[in-house]
Amino acid sequence: MVTRGFFGRRRETPPRPIPPGQYLERGFPVLTAGPTQRVPLDQWSFVLVGADGEPLGEWNWEQFRSLPETEIFTDIHCVTKWSKLDTTWKGVTIDDLLVAAGVAEPPPYLMAFSYGGYTTNLPTWDVIEGRGMVAYEFDGQPIAAEHGGPARLVVPHLYFWKSAKWLRGIRFMPQDQPGFWEQYGYHMYGDPWKEQRYWGD
Amino acid sequence: MRGGNPERPNPQHLDYPVHRCRETTSWQLATVERVAVETYRAKTFTLRLAEPRPFRAGQHYDVRLTAPDGYQAQRSYSVASAPDDFQRIDLTVEHIPDGEVSPYFHEVVEPGDVLEVRGPIGGPFTWTPEMAGPLLLLAGGSGIVPLKSILMHRELAAPETPALLVYSARGPEDIIYRKFLDNVGRRSPGVAVRCALTRRQPPGWIGYDRRVDAAMVRECLDELMGMNGSDAVPLSYACGPTGFVEAAADALLSVGIAESAIRTERFGPTQ
Repeated sequence: MVTRGFFGRRRETPPRPIPPGQYLERGFPVLTAGPTQRVPLDQWSFVLVGADGEPLGEWNWEQFRSLPETEIFTDIHCVTKWSKLDTTWKGVTIDDLLVAAGVAEPPPYLMAFSYGGYTTNLPTWDVIEGRGMVAYEFDGQPIAAEHGGPARLVVPHLYFWKSAKWLRGIRFMPQDQPGFWEQYGYHMYGDPWKEQRYWGD
Repeated sequence: MRGGNPERPNPQHLDYPVHRCRETTSWQLATVERVAVETYRAKTFTLRLAEPRPFRAGQHYDVRLTAPDGYQAQRSYSVASAPDDFQRIDLTVEHIPDGEVSPYFHEVVEPGDVLEVRGPIGGPFTWTPEMAGPLLLLAGGSGIVPLKSILMHRELAAPETPALLVYSARGPEDIIYRKFLDNVGRRSPGVAVRCALTRRQPPGWIGYDRRVDAAMVRECLDELMGMNGSDAVPLSYACGPTGFVEAAADALLSVGIAESAIRTERFGPTQ
């Protein structure tokens, strides 16, 4: 339906396409359901948990930072309609974490879980083969607490609620289960190019 | 910071009552019934929904505008009205001068217009009477919008629930819902409104004249507990620009309110 009197005020044409319903954002909005978590590095750790609940690998900050580093340059898309182009993230890919933990064939789904209790579910396929990482630097600086530092998940091809802030660990699952926002009506998968914002999209 | 058992990772947020949506939300048409000027940069649009859906105080609707060439813009706006009447929703839109959707609302939309909307959306930042209280509400700027819905719903559905609103605005001319806020405390003895004007205060101003901080939250918490007459831990909702919500949430934590009792909704960019 054409909206009477609306012609769009595109402030700038994106240099490349952005997903439907999104607009370009120069800043970096913050969206969180509760208070910002502030996790001291000496109390921080990251754990990979198998589908049986047994830890597959656990790293403190120092150990984590000694894992292979990868940098990715990517656009990010938030379900609240903003997209931010040209972001640089540095961290450890899930591939390298699986290698470090000696996991050859991870189960098909995972639940990312965070300090503060946030959770979000993902198919494992969407975080392997370079598609996802646990990032600790954004644009060359340590990730600020309000943006999810010390470390957050970054899965840039899905809506950014899947990129859990204040990441504490990843638990593999044999079947898909809804995480925090997914229980509140957000889409189980969240592909921005298919505009999978909410249930039924 | 709790370490947590990796098998069951501190799901504090999941302690929130999860109101599962029974149906998916699809786009629908809404007719603008009324446009009300709130301040020099905020207007409230009353929309009559073609397909009314029950909602919870604190939820939002998405609005989708379509240009003749098919270009679309979407934004989310919190519902300002009480869910007791869900045939209509009030959306309060603040005018962002270099924005795309809010100038359209302010400059073009008039009664009789039809808009595409979708909702209700949002889960954690909601309040229902069975969650009880007392309620400690902190609003920064247009962050007052969903908290007004909560206050109205409280008055209609659970007037015995004590509530205190701290509203931070730049100056007196920025106060949205002034009449409602002036009257709500008079109508309902269980409600208090405390205002912080951070940049411009009228002569003789006796309210706060600074940004929200731990001392302010402590005073307001003490006042709320005095109204309450019990030591039930309040539920707290903070909504506003990122900087406000960060300060408000930190202040709430510093006065001993548990993280699991704090719900936040942020908007606007950071630097």
